[in-house]
Amino acid sequence: MEVLPNIEKPIETDYLNCIRCGLCLAVCPTYREHLNEISGPRGRVALARKSLEGELELSTNLVEQMNACFACLACNEICPVGIKPAELTLSMRYVQEQVKPASWKQRLFRDLISHPVRLEIATLPLRIYEHSGIRKLIYQLRLTNLLPSQVRDMEAMLPHLPQRPLRQVLPERIDAYSKSHLRVGFFLGCAQNLLYAKESKATVRVLARNGCTVITPKDVQCCGMPARGYGRLDLVRAQAKHNIAAFEKVDVKVIVTDCATCGSILKNYGTLLKDDAEWASRAEVFSSCVRDVSEFLAEIPLEKPMGKIEARVTYHDPCHLRRGQKVWQQPRALLSLINGLEYIELPEADWCCGSAGSQLITHYETSTKVMDRKIDNLASTGAQIIASGCPGCQMQLNTAVQRRDLDVRVVHPVTLLDEAYEAENAK
Amino acid sequence: MQSRLISGFQNILGKTGVLSTPEDLAVYSYDGTFSEARPDIVVLPETTEQVSRIVKLAAEARIPIVPRGMGSGLAAASVPFPEGGIVLCLTRMNHILEVDPENSTVQAEAGVVTADLQEAVEKFGLFYPPDPSSIRHSTIGGNVACNAGGPRCLKYGVTGDYVLGLEVVLADGRILKTGGKPIKDVTGYDLNGLFTGSEGTLGIVTEVLLRLITRPSNFKTALAEFTSLDDASRTVSAILMAGIVPASLELMDRTAIQCIEEAMNLGLNTEIEASLIIETDGTDEHTVMREIEACVSICHESGASSVKIAQNEAERNALWKARRSMAPSLARKAPNKLGEDITVPRSAIPEVVQRLRLISEKYGLPVVIFGHAGDGNLHPNILFDKRQPEQWAKVERMVGEIFETSLSLGGTLSGEHGVGVLKRPYLERALGSVSIEIQRNIKYAFDPFNILNPGKMFTE
Repeated sequence: MEVLPNIEKPIETDYLNCIRCGLCLAVCPTYREHLNEISGPRGRVALARKSLEGELELSTNLVEQMNACFACLACNEICPVGIKPAELTLSMRYVQEQVKPASWKQRLFRDLISHPVRLEIATLPLRIYEHSGIRKLIYQLRLTNLLPSQVRDMEAMLPHLPQRPLRQVLPERIDAYSKSHLRVGFFLGCAQNLLYAKESKATVRVLARNGCTVITPKDVQCCGMPARGYGRLDLVRAQAKHNIAAFEKVDVKVIVTDCATCGSILKNYGTLLKDDAEWASRAEVFSSCVRDVSEFLAEIPLEKPMGKIEARVTYHDPCHLRRGQKVWQQPRALLSLINGLEYIELPEADWCCGSAGSQLITHYETSTKVMDRKIDNLASTGAQIIASGCPGCQMQLNTAVQRRDLDVRVVHPVTLLDEAYEAENAK
Repeated sequence: MQSRLISGFQNILGKTGVLSTPEDLAVYSYDGTFSEARPDIVVLPETTEQVSRIVKLAAEARIPIVPRGMGSGLAAASVPFPEGGIVLCLTRMNHILEVDPENSTVQAEAGVVTADLQEAVEKFGLFYPPDPSSIRHSTIGGNVACNAGGPRCLKYGVTGDYVLGLEVVLADGRILKTGGKPIKDVTGYDLNGLFTGSEGTLGIVTEVLLRLITRPSNFKTALAEFTSLDDASRTVSAILMAGIVPASLELMDRTAIQCIEEAMNLGLNTEIEASLIIETDGTDEHTVMREIEACVSICHESGASSVKIAQNEAERNALWKARRSMAPSLARKAPNKLGEDITVPRSAIPEVVQRLRLISEKYGLPVVIFGHAGDGNLHPNILFDKRQPEQWAKVERMVGEIFETSLSLGGTLSGEHGVGVLKRPYLERALGSVSIEIQRNIKYAFDPFNILNPGKMFTE
């Protein structure tokens, strides 16, 4: 008898071919911290298989093992058989949501995160906290030391927040500074809009300076990655359709994003909707247009900045960029373009930082252990700046830097490029 | 399992070191084979002292203990057959205790990942040569317990050649220390040798003291392609008879190359019949270069259609990454594979290769051939679908014939995977009854109640 009939679930080849060689254990950040088979990809594949074959129940503990995966994709990449254990844990989270939906996910991902305006209102207290001077005061009085460590670490994640969400201030169309030879769409992600507005402003400036007219559709929704992480594939698909339609209206051949996480799922819309007759080919077209900003800048003639930034810089590979999009040389190339920067390669640069979306909140202990490994490596470089084109990684690195009291600036690589251009203007 | 015993373990290890949910037991029911058997409980000790106390409790209750590292074994030696007992997992004993450059030794806990150990000693300019394909996902304790090999063993020898001393928890919980830093030691029996490769049946290795050598600083790696498998296997002997001992001399047949290429997209030529990966190493750049060039010309003389030397570290790494992914990538070709591990005197390599192909033809199932041809160790892998009973029946007969072939050419059953459960039925044929009886007596001397990994090596 078929187990779990009538729901969308992984197919046999997603797990049956696992030969249990164990290669994936070597690269799994959660396994390397816990040294327990259940915390590694091979164990998760075994559990998924046994529950899909009816040998084990879809118990709370089993589902928790699926949620405990950081989806850093390292196992997907190393598996010689071609199984994707990280993908499988995400699919299993969707199985769980179909069998036993959690109502709070409905409220959070459908009723809140899918609506930019509601999300902007909901995050207003954070902006007040930043701009009323309360945050500054708390830091001056060292009140954060009174907080429990997890709350303190979460507070430390926050960058300097914009006064207003970028969506409300960024014009829908920004013309190229000089002769325009390209018309590009810009996908403004939620984290960029609400937290890293300064960086996305810089991204748009860099694009415009290099001959791009930038169109930013304002009615886009969340890219879908948060819902995917929490097993709501149905909502991801709805968000994908909404975003595809939004970009079809503006007619662009290239869609740039400066968020590694958004980029990795935008490029996957084609796969996620491949069985949807109405949307499959539209999604395919959309995904083929998506470029990470560093990837796109490597494809066009780029003006070398004449301004200087005197600092030692290193680079952390976001999982969603390095493995999610196979983009790792381009951001490094951008940094090498900037005069004065002394580049030093970060040991284990592509090892997960432990952010993995919201793992600092849901799996605090594991997340901080993984982060500590990253921070040891960062400290060994003596870098004053660490660049990384992912808001999730940046927030995790912010926390890491504060935990260890390091004097290191965390920044998007394209922001550095923008600063080099600005420095040149100032001269 | 009695709750008294479980709380006893929890007293020793705390709650996080004792696992018993159905999910925990499920993930400790396998190793790198398709065998499966569920333990009653899993314990994750962090010190030798804890291991000793656990064994004492288990011994009193006469409950079997199956020691385990990262579970990459290929003989089901760490699967708790027939079902039940304690899996004692040593992965949390993962500290490197001392690197001693003056004496060229390293002391480490059993759960250290072998690649981590190598990296740690290389910082001191030292070198631990054994390099099983599982080097990044197996532990040094497991390597000792199974006497792991690897490509470099052609020149440098196997794990056992580097064991100077061990700390072992015996079947009654006593802690035994063997050997020490002196290189020469004939004081008493060679207990290091006895525990090495004993697959956890005589004691639980908790700490190892290993001999190191100076790190070779130069490596040259070549890939030679052949249009005939026989030519490739004859080249192996030709190189060694010319007085060159490469660090590694690896053979892959056509299917093996195709599988790797499919898995890794390295741009390998998939039209050829066989290839050899040859690596020379040493401290002197010129000697290393001269040796690889000599190998290259021997390959040409023996009919190689193309020979290329890796031009940089990235190219060399790609070749070895490919080689290490060889066995697992076979799973792309068929739902199941059974990897054997026969070893023959190296003069018999061309003959054994031919006979393996005949076996494959006779039963109509593919046998992929690759392995450490330089030391006579081949990994014929039978590809099949276990869900088809007639195929499984054929596989069992084929395995028997492969072993017969190896033995008849003066070879043996296993070069580096071990006996575990999978090769038990053939052990007596390979060793003879006198040897089996002596070995059983040794087992009895160490473990009279048969609680340490029972049922492994010998049929009960």
